[in-house]
Amino acid sequence: MDVKSIREQFPVLDQEINGHPLVYLDSTATAQKPLAVIEAVDDYYRHHNSNVHRGVHTLGTRATDLYEGAREKVRRFINASSTAEVIFNRGTTAGINLVAHSYGLANVSEGDEILVTQMEHHSNIIPWQQVAKAKQATLKYIPMQEDGTITLEAVREQISERTKVVAIAHVSNVLGTVNPIKEIAKIAHEHGAILAVDGAQSAPHMAIDMQDLDCDFYAFSGHKMCGPTGIGVLYGKKELLEEMEPIEFGGEMIDFVDLYESTWADLPAKFEGGTPIIAGAVGLGAAIDFLTDVGLDNIAAHEHDITKYAMDRLSDIEDLVIFGPKERAGLITFNAGEIHPHDVATVLDSFGIAVRAGHHCAQPLMKWLDVTATARASFYLYNTKEEINRLYDGLLKTKEYFGDVF
Amino acid sequence: MSSKYNINLDTLYRQVIMDHYKYPRNKGVLDDETLTVEMNNPTCGDRILLSLFVEDDHVKDVKFDGEGCSISMASASMMTQAIKGKTVEEALRMSEFFSKMMIGENIDVGELDLADIEALQGVSTFPARIKCATLAWEAMEKGVKETTK
Repeated sequence: MDVKSIREQFPVLDQEINGHPLVYLDSTATAQKPLAVIEAVDDYYRHHNSNVHRGVHTLGTRATDLYEGAREKVRRFINASSTAEVIFNRGTTAGINLVAHSYGLANVSEGDEILVTQMEHHSNIIPWQQVAKAKQATLKYIPMQEDGTITLEAVREQISERTKVVAIAHVSNVLGTVNPIKEIAKIAHEHGAILAVDGAQSAPHMAIDMQDLDCDFYAFSGHKMCGPTGIGVLYGKKELLEEMEPIEFGGEMIDFVDLYESTWADLPAKFEGGTPIIAGAVGLGAAIDFLTDVGLDNIAAHEHDITKYAMDRLSDIEDLVIFGPKERAGLITFNAGEIHPHDVATVLDSFGIAVRAGHHCAQPLMKWLDVTATARASFYLYNTKEEINRLYDGLLKTKEYFGDVF
Repeated sequence: MSSKYNINLDTLYRQVIMDHYKYPRNKGVLDDETLTVEMNNPTCGDRILLSLFVEDDHVKDVKFDGEGCSISMASASMMTQAIKGKTVEEALRMSEFFSKMMIGENIDVGELDLADIEALQGVSTFPARIKCATLAWEAMEKGVKETTK
């Protein structure tokens, strides 16, 4: 994989921040966009913009073909068996909320259990808290091991015949833990539960195969995989989606509307009320083409290489605490001694290095780690070992800068 | 603190700020008969617990507790130092001065003793950190407004 030529396709990377070349280490929050994506959105608005599905005119047909073409690209990308299983929405949060509000409220009853982990992002906790509250059900947490992983034994111990939903991230956005989704799906199904996966941090970085994983729902965001913000995907098994009620009602999602009764359109339109995110879907389609051209396996191998290098280098820094397991996805969450992560991030920014600081929308996990905040550097296909060296140097300077304070 | 790095950084992390961070003034919780205000910065997890003892229209005593970055904790320490013993009206005027300072504006506060709070002026050029500096002041405003209801 030629990282140099990849970087040339990301115009935003070619700039100085505070007098230093930008080192962007925040792709877990959002990824940068390649020219192919920027141009696809530009081209759509310049030449093809129209509303989809209903128009008889030529532009309407073109926009519809582009929108539905993007759906087919997503289907292939995740190996879903049908485009009926690919729902466009505005991101992972919207996807999980749809599953919780539609499937969850209809299938979870008083005394039932919903199983999550403490490493989840808020967007995979709060919707389930809401379902549990509404239905007097119990929200249970699968305990984590000391390194921030969960074992299948722990899943088996927590799951019961009352468990209706298991909701878990494929990859933790803080620890980088990669959870064994395929095996957890099997356990969930043995107990009559469904598995809903937060795929926000996996879909951009590894090849994913819905038919192989056999999970029931899988939600992810376009903007974390080089696509535009505002577009996301919910995959759901067709037989489940077919029996689910929509949660948004209006245009596009109907079959027939009468004065007092209406019927719903077929999948996937049933869950896409209102004018869809057409340009976003077109941009996501371009992002998928881009990632597929580079190759998801190449991207995963590159990130693995960079992450290992970064783990080795950062481990050398005295007082630097790295959270999470040794084998991990492409991110490192850490604290530099007593220096608050905000201060770390501000000093690094003064050297042009962008890292995230805070609770990363994972307050229950911060509680488990017994910290109030952490700093996080995350990597993608465009990051280099030279940038890791810049991070290393920046951290040494941060420690030196605050040296007199502690 | 060394100044060999980056001029920008030194406008943010002034020595007096780091001193308040390292040796916070009025840290802790006041006993009963006081009013407590808890405030979070939901975007980053900073938390402040402010206890205020207001009597005869004066801030007789004030303490803070909490967790956060150097800017938020130093700002809390400076705020408590500045408002202690002042009238409620003076405390609120200082708060107005402070929020104006954060957007790069200056207002005349006359003879009012601002203690160390002007040291945080540099924060205004770091937009991402303004919320860190204003958290304690927001908590104080909320608190004194409650006591004077």
